[in-house]
Amino acid sequence: MKETVKFKRPESLCDLQTHYCPGCGHGIVHRLVAEVIDELDLREKTIGVAPVGCSVVAYKYWNFDVTEAAHGRALAVATAIKRCRPKMNVFTYQGDGDLASIGLAETVHAANRGEKLTCIFINNAIYGMTGGQMAPTTVIGQKTATTPWGRDPARGEGMPLKVSEMLAGLDQVVYAERVAVFDPAQVIKTKKAIKQAFVNQLENKGFSLVEVLSQCPTVWGMSPEQAVNWVKQEMTKTFPLGRIK
Amino acid sequence: MEKNTKNKFSGGKKLITGNRAMAEAAVRAGCRFYAGYPITPQNELTASMAKLMNDSGGTFIQAESEVAAINMVFGASATGFRAMTSSSSPGISLKQEGISYMAGAELPAVIINVMRAGPGLGNITPAQSDYFQATKGGGHGDYRLIVLAPSGVSEAYELTRLGFDLADQYRNPVMILADAYLGQMAEPVQLDFADEENKAEKYDKSWALTGAKNRKPNIIRSLLLEEGALEKHNAVLQNKFREIEKKEKRFEEKKVSSAEILFVAYGSSFRLAEEAALALRGQGQKVGLFRPVTLWPFPDKALYNAAQGKKAVFVFELSSGQMVEDVKLSLNGTVPVHFFGRTGGGVFSVQELMDFVKKTIK
Repeated sequence: MKETVKFKRPESLCDLQTHYCPGCGHGIVHRLVAEVIDELDLREKTIGVAPVGCSVVAYKYWNFDVTEAAHGRALAVATAIKRCRPKMNVFTYQGDGDLASIGLAETVHAANRGEKLTCIFINNAIYGMTGGQMAPTTVIGQKTATTPWGRDPARGEGMPLKVSEMLAGLDQVVYAERVAVFDPAQVIKTKKAIKQAFVNQLENKGFSLVEVLSQCPTVWGMSPEQAVNWVKQEMTKTFPLGRIK
Repeated sequence: MEKNTKNKFSGGKKLITGNRAMAEAAVRAGCRFYAGYPITPQNELTASMAKLMNDSGGTFIQAESEVAAINMVFGASATGFRAMTSSSSPGISLKQEGISYMAGAELPAVIINVMRAGPGLGNITPAQSDYFQATKGGGHGDYRLIVLAPSGVSEAYELTRLGFDLADQYRNPVMILADAYLGQMAEPVQLDFADEENKAEKYDKSWALTGAKNRKPNIIRSLLLEEGALEKHNAVLQNKFREIEKKEKRFEEKKVSSAEILFVAYGSSFRLAEEAALALRGQGQKVGLFRPVTLWPFPDKALYNAAQGKKAVFVFELSSGQMVEDVKLSLNGTVPVHFFGRTGGGVFSVQELMDFVKKTIK
C-alpha cells in the first residue's frame, strides 16, 4: 500500500522544541507562518523581522533569513529591507508592547507609507517576557504587575489600544483582520488571514496587518484551558474578531 | 538605448558645501540607501541625498524620526546595501541605540554627525562637544565606532568615501564627525566621474539577507542568550577593534620637528589653530601642528612622538575639553598640556588663541 503523508513539519519550520510556555500561542502562529510560506513557495525569498519580547528568538525556529530588530523598530527595519530588495517576501512578527507601544510611530508610518509588506501582530494583552506588566492592549480591569488593581482608565492608565481599527483608517493599508488561536476553527481562520496578507504582498498591493489574539497562560496566571477561554470570552469583547478592512 | 543613469555623476572641480560634498561622496562610494530626518545644520545633506538616491536608482526615505532612520539603515545594511544616515547632535543622541545594535550585529554603515552646540536642544551653531559621544561609546555596551574627522570640505568628501570602505572592511559602523562650520561652508572639491557601486561588491557580504536559496538561513542579531556566547562574541568584537587600532590610525602633522610648542586640534578648530600657528611663527614662536584625522582609533603613539621634547602642548576645541583627555592619556604626563575651548556656538578667534598661548608660556 502506498503511504501518503497527511501532516508533516513545514520546511520553513526548524525541527526544534520551542522555549515557549505550555499553552502559549506563539508556537501555533510560528507554524502557521511557516506553513503559509511553504504553500506559497516563498521560503527562499523570505526575510523575516523578529521583535523584542518572548518571540525575540523566532529566528531559531524559522528556516529562512531573519533579522532581529530593536524593540519597536521592526517595521522601520522591514521597510528598508523591502525597499532594497523589493522581490523578497518581507514580514514582521511583533508583540503588543513592541508594535503598539514603543514602536507605535514606526507602525503608523510604515502603514501610512503603504510599505508593501506583511505585519503579524501578536496581541496577548500583556508584556510576557518582562513578567506581566500592563500592555497598551491590556483590557480594562485586567490585573498586571503594574496595574495590580486592574487596568483603570480613571487612574490614567488609558484604554486598550485598538491598533487594527486605527491602522485600517489609513489609506494605504489594504488589509487588516483580527483573528485568534483559541480553538482549531480559529487556527484555520488565522492561517487563512496570514495567507491573504502574504498574497497581498506577492501582488504588490500594500500594507497588510493580521492581529492575532494569543494566550499567555503563565503570565496571566491561568491554566492553558482557562487562558484560551479567557481569550474567547473576555478578550474578544474588547477586540472583536473579523475582517476590519 | 535606455539611458543608464546609475553610473553617471558629473565630475570635475566644484565649489560646494561640506554637507553637499558628503552626499556626493556617498553616492560615488556606492551608497544606495539613505534615511534621515530633518535637523539643522545638516539639512542640505538630506536634500542632496534625496536627489542623488533618485538619480542613482537607490532608495531615499524621509523617516518619521531619527530612531526610525537608523533602524532603516540597519535593515538596508542587513540586506548587503551600502547605507547611510546623517543628523546633528540631538538627532545623533536618538540614534545611539540603533548604532549599538549595528555594532553588535556587525553591520556596516556610515553615520554623519554635523555637530551643533549642546547640551539639550542647545543651538544650531558650530561645536565639537559630541567627541565623547562619538569616541567613547555613545550607545550601550562595549563597542567602538571608527570616527573620521575632516577639517575641510575636500577632506569631508574623501573621508566619507573612505568611511564606506572601512565600514565594509571591518563590518562596523563608521561615523564622520563634522560640525556646523564644515557642513555649511563651501570650498572647491574634486568630484569623481564614476561611482563605485561595483567596488562595494569586492567586500564579502555572504552574511547578508538575500533569501536562503541554496544555503543555510542567514541570521542578523546582537542577542546572544546561550551561556558564554555573548562573552565570546564580545571577544571577537574586541579583537576587531584591536586590529583597527593597529592599522587605521590617521593624522596630519606640520612643522613638528622644528617646533618648540605643539598645537593639537581637529576638524574646524584645526583651521583656526593653523592660522594662529602661522601668525605666531611670524612672531618668532616655533609652533608645530598635530591633527588627529581618526578620533577613534586615536593616533596616540604618533602624538606622543610628535610631542616629545616640546615645551608645551596646546589643545584647542569647540567644547569644554573632550579630546584633551585623549591627548593627556597619549602623552602620559611627559609634556605639559594646556587647553583652550569655547562652547555654545562661541568660536575662538585666531587672536584669542594667540593671546592664550602667549599668556600661558610667558
